[in-house]
Amino acid sequence: MPSKISGMPTTLAEKVWADHVVRSAENEPDLLYIDLHLVHEVTSPQAFEGLRLAGRMVRRPDLTIATEDHNIPTVDIDKPIADPVSRAQVEALRANCAEFGIRLHSLGDVEQGIVHVVGPQLGLTQPGMTVVCGDSHTSTHGAFGALAFGIGTSEVEHVLATQTLMQTSPKTMAVTVGGRLPPGVTAKDLVLSLITQEGTGGGQGYVVEYRGEAIEALSMEARMTICNMSIEWGAKAGLIAPDATTLDYLRGRPHAPAGDNWDAAVAYWRTLVSDPDAVFDKEVVVDATTLTPFVTWGTNPGQGVPLGGVVPSPADMPDEARRHAAERALDYMALTAGTPMRDIAVDTVFIGSCTNGRIEDLRAAAKVMAGRKVAETVRMLVVPGSARVRLQAEEEGLDVVFKESGAEWRGAGCSMCLGMNPDQLAPGERSASTSNRNFEGRQGKGGRTHLVSPLVAAATAVTGRLSAPTDLMV
Amino acid sequence: MEKFTVHTGTAVPLRRGNVDTDQIIPSVYLKRITRTGFADGLFADWRGDPGFVLNQPVYGAASVLVAGPDFGTGSSREHAVWALLDYGFRVVLSPRFGDIFRGNSGKAGLLAAVVDQPTIEALWSMIESDPSTEVTIDLVGKEIRTRDYAAAIEVDDYTRWRFVEGLDDIAVSLNYADEIDAYEAGRRSFKPTTLSG
Repeated sequence: MPSKISGMPTTLAEKVWADHVVRSAENEPDLLYIDLHLVHEVTSPQAFEGLRLAGRMVRRPDLTIATEDHNIPTVDIDKPIADPVSRAQVEALRANCAEFGIRLHSLGDVEQGIVHVVGPQLGLTQPGMTVVCGDSHTSTHGAFGALAFGIGTSEVEHVLATQTLMQTSPKTMAVTVGGRLPPGVTAKDLVLSLITQEGTGGGQGYVVEYRGEAIEALSMEARMTICNMSIEWGAKAGLIAPDATTLDYLRGRPHAPAGDNWDAAVAYWRTLVSDPDAVFDKEVVVDATTLTPFVTWGTNPGQGVPLGGVVPSPADMPDEARRHAAERALDYMALTAGTPMRDIAVDTVFIGSCTNGRIEDLRAAAKVMAGRKVAETVRMLVVPGSARVRLQAEEEGLDVVFKESGAEWRGAGCSMCLGMNPDQLAPGERSASTSNRNFEGRQGKGGRTHLVSPLVAAATAVTGRLSAPTDLMV
Repeated sequence: MEKFTVHTGTAVPLRRGNVDTDQIIPSVYLKRITRTGFADGLFADWRGDPGFVLNQPVYGAASVLVAGPDFGTGSSREHAVWALLDYGFRVVLSPRFGDIFRGNSGKAGLLAAVVDQPTIEALWSMIESDPSTEVTIDLVGKEIRTRDYAAAIEVDDYTRWRFVEGLDDIAVSLNYADEIDAYEAGRRSFKPTTLSG
């Protein structure tokens, strides 16, 4: 994103960037102001320790919020955490937040949950903001037209100390999704298809703006699913211009502006669009109307195929690197080229995560599960993204639907998405998971993951094999 | 941060692409609250395989990791960088890095330098035929050298400057406290805070 002359057409990302530049100098990264810093237990302890060692304070505790999500259990949450190492990490977060005056939502608190579910639900994530967190899925918040990206622990410390970050401006990319998604095809299918099309490094160095008719038609939850997975194709961030859907979601939330502030905010937010003649460094076009339910077969999110397809053959890969990667992946996944994806049996179905753990995801899955049973060969975990999502689902009776079908209804957290808590796959077990990464061992050492949408996850739980809801109608 | 100008060491050929940070250090190793002690978690799942390159004693003293494209993708865990440093690596070479990993490396003092794929291939061949091959990474001259080979490395100017000078990023930014104060004074008043609502 080279700095542009005032008056030149600019992209949404460039506008948000320019609005946060504290200091800019030739051949140096920009010093960017950070509007919201989300903190959790795993990537923050060393940052707080760094502050202590240097005798530094948290500059803006009032722009910082913490929650417990990554390593916490999703059962017996009213009891002390059984794993002493996890407990020590959570207790370190509690002590650090108390020492530095940071608001924390602990296990058992009604606002506790996955950071990327909590921020939007509190109305803290708003258009035009810069949002960071020591977690790569911070890109989720881009759904509001915010510039949101993951950082490491050293940068967490940097933001705590200065409320700024040194950042080299990225390139810009537009992904225009034309047409409408067909019935039964979700935001997850769209983003998985896109990642397979572009590859895991395809977005590297870019801030991606998702736009077009299909994106405009999506709910905020679905937009968050898309932006969430921007990192899975290497993008710095993904964002979507705010519109009426965004305003409807924000209005009345605890931290959304109110009264005159709301009007002032909306007037500003309406300016947050890419100018019609703005030039992107790269453009990608996707036709939504041709998409179908999409699942992964391999060990990175770019190794995917339509559910109606077959496990690909390494021999068909376009180059040697991908051929080699496919051979390795098939070996790890214990799959044979040519096998129809619908023939693949799973042991576990996981519904949850910052990708697909919001209320809309649970509703979609519950609708499929209603009146049906989880197959005897399958264990199904439903893990709401936050305590609020859990409560709302219970008000709507979704918990009853899941429990009556034989699924486990759990407390909120990251859970089996990354297997830091006891929710893990055993070696050799295979899951259909609504999460975001199918890396080797991601959900437990030796575990095998197929990334799917909530609809495919629910249908798969019923049949025991990768399936779509339409397969249940027969 | 320690100054880094030129480093010479032996190297490990990691003939894999798409090495995500979950592979570099699995999540079960992320529960420590210190900055050190992560060496045992480095490539933990792969090290169970006796044939894995890090298990070969000839590479025991190596300080340069030569990897395929898209190294360090995925999770933001800086523990991946700490694990590589704890194990003894000072430099990772790859044709393309995950953004966050490269950023984390730059903060923590591990040099993540981009070299093109042909250079990676050449290094792999050289190291495999002679594991005692010494590789020099010259950050000042922006190149890597072996006895009879040289190629350009790509490191952004700011990271390069900080490495060569051994500068702490936070201290650099705190020099701009006045600019930060001025920016804050002009922030839009409707922006949310976490303390009221």
